[in-house]
Amino acid sequence: MEEDTSSGRRPLVRRHHWLVRVSHWANAVLLVGMIASGLQIYSAFRHFGPRGGPYLPNPWDGEHFPGWARLGGWLGGGINWHFALAWPFVLTGLVYLLYMAFSGEWRSLLFRPRDVPRAWQMQLYYLRLRKEHPPQGKHNALQKLAYTAIFLLGALAVLSGFAIYKPVQLSWLVAAFGGFERVRYWHFWTVWIFIAFTLVHVALVFLVDPASLRAMITGWYRGRFPSHD
Amino acid sequence: MTERSLSRRDLFRLGLVAGSASLATACGWDGGEVPGPRLRRVSRLNDWVGENIFFSPDRLAPEYPVSARTPMRKFPTYSITRPGPPKFADPAGWALEVGGLVRKPMRLTPEMLQALPRVTYTVKHHCVEGWTAIGTWTGVPVSAVAALVEPTDAARYLRFDSFDRGYFNGWDLKSAMHPQTILAYGFNDRPLLPNRGAPLRLYSPVKLGYKMTKYLTAMTFTAERPGGYWEDRGYPWFAGV
Repeated sequence: MEEDTSSGRRPLVRRHHWLVRVSHWANAVLLVGMIASGLQIYSAFRHFGPRGGPYLPNPWDGEHFPGWARLGGWLGGGINWHFALAWPFVLTGLVYLLYMAFSGEWRSLLFRPRDVPRAWQMQLYYLRLRKEHPPQGKHNALQKLAYTAIFLLGALAVLSGFAIYKPVQLSWLVAAFGGFERVRYWHFWTVWIFIAFTLVHVALVFLVDPASLRAMITGWYRGRFPSHD
Repeated sequence: MTERSLSRRDLFRLGLVAGSASLATACGWDGGEVPGPRLRRVSRLNDWVGENIFFSPDRLAPEYPVSARTPMRKFPTYSITRPGPPKFADPAGWALEVGGLVRKPMRLTPEMLQALPRVTYTVKHHCVEGWTAIGTWTGVPVSAVAALVEPTDAARYLRFDSFDRGYFNGWDLKSAMHPQTILAYGFNDRPLLPNRGAPLRLYSPVKLGYKMTKYLTAMTFTAERPGGYWEDRGYPWFAGV
């Protein structure tokens, strides 16, 4: 770690490329729209399972989500919003993926087997079972795990979405998810994982590294962690 | 450099669209007057792209064993007419009018329809609402009826009309000529009941349920794309699954 512990101000460094920042914020907004229109679509049939049951376990079985959480006003509006935002959502993910791949930045983000013990050490530190902050590059091993997993979750949301969109033509994809009723179910659960991730993500930004918020907006960072591996 | 600034501007636009989406979320706004048509244009493009990528004129929807059928009372029925089912003024005189851009327009009585080639399949029904149900349908392929009336080269679409308060649908010929697109007069081994669209309804396991016009009165070949009851209200037009 090149952490500057002296009393002087930490240096201002470039942390995030504009493509990363734009795709991050576009993704945040698109995700809100996708979720809200998805909750509107859910209103049309508020169960998971064959018509007449038995239904899969769902805390919201039979319930409508509140109006403020829905986008589209009715099923047709919800569908139109969902499909209109779906392509930008996929595109944003692809832009981000391509940038990561070609810039080599994936090295500081992708969770790999060697990160397992490091993630464990990081967890111990967060649980206060370890005093020293483990050494890290741009991101610690738990962050790598989170950012890798959330990208995979996005891919899962897109794939399950396609399966719901064309269940007959993509019957192999539907089968891979365990059938049409289940693919709807998994698609629905991605929502709650996205929301849980976002809550923890935002909380940690403010608790652990508030300087990272500025970095994600302007690209410039004056914080306690290194900005490269 | 130009390429880079272009994509930057595109991404900015994307952000604007998405921004308005999230704004709309806050108000539970249905798109209102302004973005409505734009949203529909995007939907129409998506629908067209989806149809061209995924639809194949000869790929069949899977069939299920009869034992997989959804119990009859759990298979929803639905009509625009409330309370349903809608009634035809002269049930004994009912016949399907097949016309439009065809060489031999015809009036097909139930007897004539049943004398035509017959298809029976047990398939999964996909409703736009998100539920599915399995049932057995019996009827005559639309392609067999088309062969009888001989559409002209100008015919590119089909319009299906009903006596259910003006419910209608438009279909592209490719989808209508799919071997599993049928005019059904039987459901679960019995004659079609009034609550399922009797005397005759359209059926296809590769489309969403709202494309399958019930209570048919006419089948018309057209050059212009017909709309549809729900399609005109914002549901996708091809609606292929």
